Amino acid sequence: MPAALRDSLLAGLVAAALALPMLGVRLVDSATGLSLAGRFDLVAWAAGLVFGGRLLLRLIPPLPAMPVLPAGFGNLRPAAGWAMAAFAVLLPFLPFADRNVVDKATLVLIYIMLGWGLNIVVGLAGLLDLGFVAFYAVGAYSYALLSQSFGLSFWVCLPLAGVLSASFGLLLGFPVLRLRGDYIAIVTMGLGEIVRVILQNWQELTGGPNGISGIERPSLFGLSFKAVPPEGQRSFAEFFGLDYSGDHRVIFLYFLILILALATNLFTLRIRRLPVGRAWEALREDEIACRSLGINPTTVKLSAFGIGAMFAGFAGSFFATRQGFISPESFTFMESAVILAIVVLGGMGSQIGIVLAALLLVGLPEWFRELQQYRMLAFGGAMVLIMLWKPAGLLSHREPTIRLDGQP
Amino acid sequence: MEYFLQQLINGLTLGAIYGLIALGYTMVYGILGMINFAHGTIYMLGAFISLIGYLAATTVGGAPVTLALLLALFATMAFTALWGWTIERVAYRPLRKAPRLAPLISAIGVSIILQNFAALAQGTRAKPLPPVIRGGFTLINSDDFPVSLSWMQIIVFVMTVTLMAGFTWMITRTSLGRAQRATEQDMKMAALLGIDVDRVVSATFVIGAALAGVAGLMVTLYYGVIDFYIGFLAGIKAFTAAVLGGIGSLPGAMLGGLLIGLIEAFWSAYFSIEYKDVATFGILVLVLVFRPTGLLGRPDVEKI
Repeated sequence: MPAALRDSLLAGLVAAALALPMLGVRLVDSATGLSLAGRFDLVAWAAGLVFGGRLLLRLIPPLPAMPVLPAGFGNLRPAAGWAMAAFAVLLPFLPFADRNVVDKATLVLIYIMLGWGLNIVVGLAGLLDLGFVAFYAVGAYSYALLSQSFGLSFWVCLPLAGVLSASFGLLLGFPVLRLRGDYIAIVTMGLGEIVRVILQNWQELTGGPNGISGIERPSLFGLSFKAVPPEGQRSFAEFFGLDYSGDHRVIFLYFLILILALATNLFTLRIRRLPVGRAWEALREDEIACRSLGINPTTVKLSAFGIGAMFAGFAGSFFATRQGFISPESFTFMESAVILAIVVLGGMGSQIGIVLAALLLVGLPEWFRELQQYRMLAFGGAMVLIMLWKPAGLLSHREPTIRLDGQP
Repeated sequence: MEYFLQQLINGLTLGAIYGLIALGYTMVYGILGMINFAHGTIYMLGAFISLIGYLAATTVGGAPVTLALLLALFATMAFTALWGWTIERVAYRPLRKAPRLAPLISAIGVSIILQNFAALAQGTRAKPLPPVIRGGFTLINSDDFPVSLSWMQIIVFVMTVTLMAGFTWMITRTSLGRAQRATEQDMKMAALLGIDVDRVVSATFVIGAALAGVAGLMVTLYYGVIDFYIGFLAGIKAFTAAVLGGIGSLPGAMLGGLLIGLIEAFWSAYFSIEYKDVATFGILVLVLVFRPTGLLGRPDVEKI
């Protein structure tokens, strides 16, 4: 008990010292320059909170370790996946799901899709990519520019954006993949920043910091979602004999990203069983063993990089069409960090884990949008706390794709 | 020629600041093998603390400028060191045996927290400080382009050289430095030989954070304007500098910092200021592709 008290007192003192200059004194702008204003009550609060929190942590016995999941749980996994997919399909028709909910679910799904795309690179192939947002940006700008310059529709542009992003991934991947480990992280981060700076400054093509606005919205087999459909098109509401409602488009966009995300998931699940997918995972585990077995690391890594980039490109063009407006601000390094955090917090390589992490990191803070300022604080805090609580990610247990004795 | 000389001076000043931040990255990477993403935000905190310390000393305490600057320097070093120590203790130490990516994510989380903490506590608007140290020399009194060297630039050089010298002395001559080098080579073996590894790691974070704090102070004085966002880009660039010089190598960090500063200054002067970051990262990519261990890094031998 005295030890706990002393420890907590120390923690409180450290907190007070940390808070003293940054929290206790505020810089006030005024006409004559900067002046200072003391807020020492806040320092006392911070110290008190840390002291109390630390004391509680010390006095409450540690939580029992997470029970190891029973062996049969592995079989429940697909069932859980199906249940989640079914819920996702039904979501827009549930009573509580108004426009706001569906809109937020769409946002979460974008991140789930990005997470699944990055999972191919980070989780399966084991390449730490901190510049994933570059491919997302390429997809978004590809769609916006193709649609504005050549009047192509979303459905034509979507595969084109994927192809462009994938080729971009191959192009960037080429210098990167000769490196190992953390160097890949730095170089991809640098490349991501380069892409953003170029988008920001190439005024003639990308519109610079103002971005591109008025991006064409997608249609469903030629049925427009506008209140007044353009010449020669029918509107969705008219065709199905419904009253026009802005919700139709929101729900349509939701299903669009749901299909795209599920396609990504299906693709990943299937490709893990193909030779190239097995080569990714083998390469992640032991590059030297792979080389000696005749696997060419460069092509295998490049394929992972390119495919991951392709899905980011799809997600990017969806993002562009949903927002109707894109600018370099949407493609900062922070986005890359968020996507990587989703993959790592989910438990590298676990598809369901990524869904959980995206819900936790993107979905939960969305509900507290009113507390805008504290939202990012909570976001960072969640990243640290989840890592401290489960360093291997939320669902780190992973089924091997193949067993030697032929068991399922 | 005059123009070139002026850019050289500006570039070296900028590079010295990057180099000081880069030392923290390279030390932590050398010992723990982790990218301490929060290091850039420590530098940002250092800038704020130095500004607050300086203002507190002059306006509240009524101290003369020189004394106020010294007080601000010591306060900044002390407080950033404490921040560095706390961050390591809270967010990294429990993850030392965790999978490789866990500390990285934790570090990104810490950097998000600190950035938003600074924005909340001090407001998001940029904070201006009128020039504290004015004047300097005119080196070449040419008609078309006078080359000048300001007192502030001299102070940045002198501070950096002093800190580097002290730091080198500490690493090569003191028992703490020896322990650090041993821990860097083999943490487990060092622990077996009676080195308190936890203490060494803590000391590394404390020293790195204090150096970043000094860099923050110098930037506040040199540019005269700071905001809560400066840590991010400076952090990335300093890390680039550390990698460029060869991560884990201390002279490399300084060399990389100077190079990045020079590249930025010359690129802005002769090509385009908008694309200076592209130049920095482009050169990083080129160096890593042709010399993956950086300029002064040792090639790591891969054992099977």
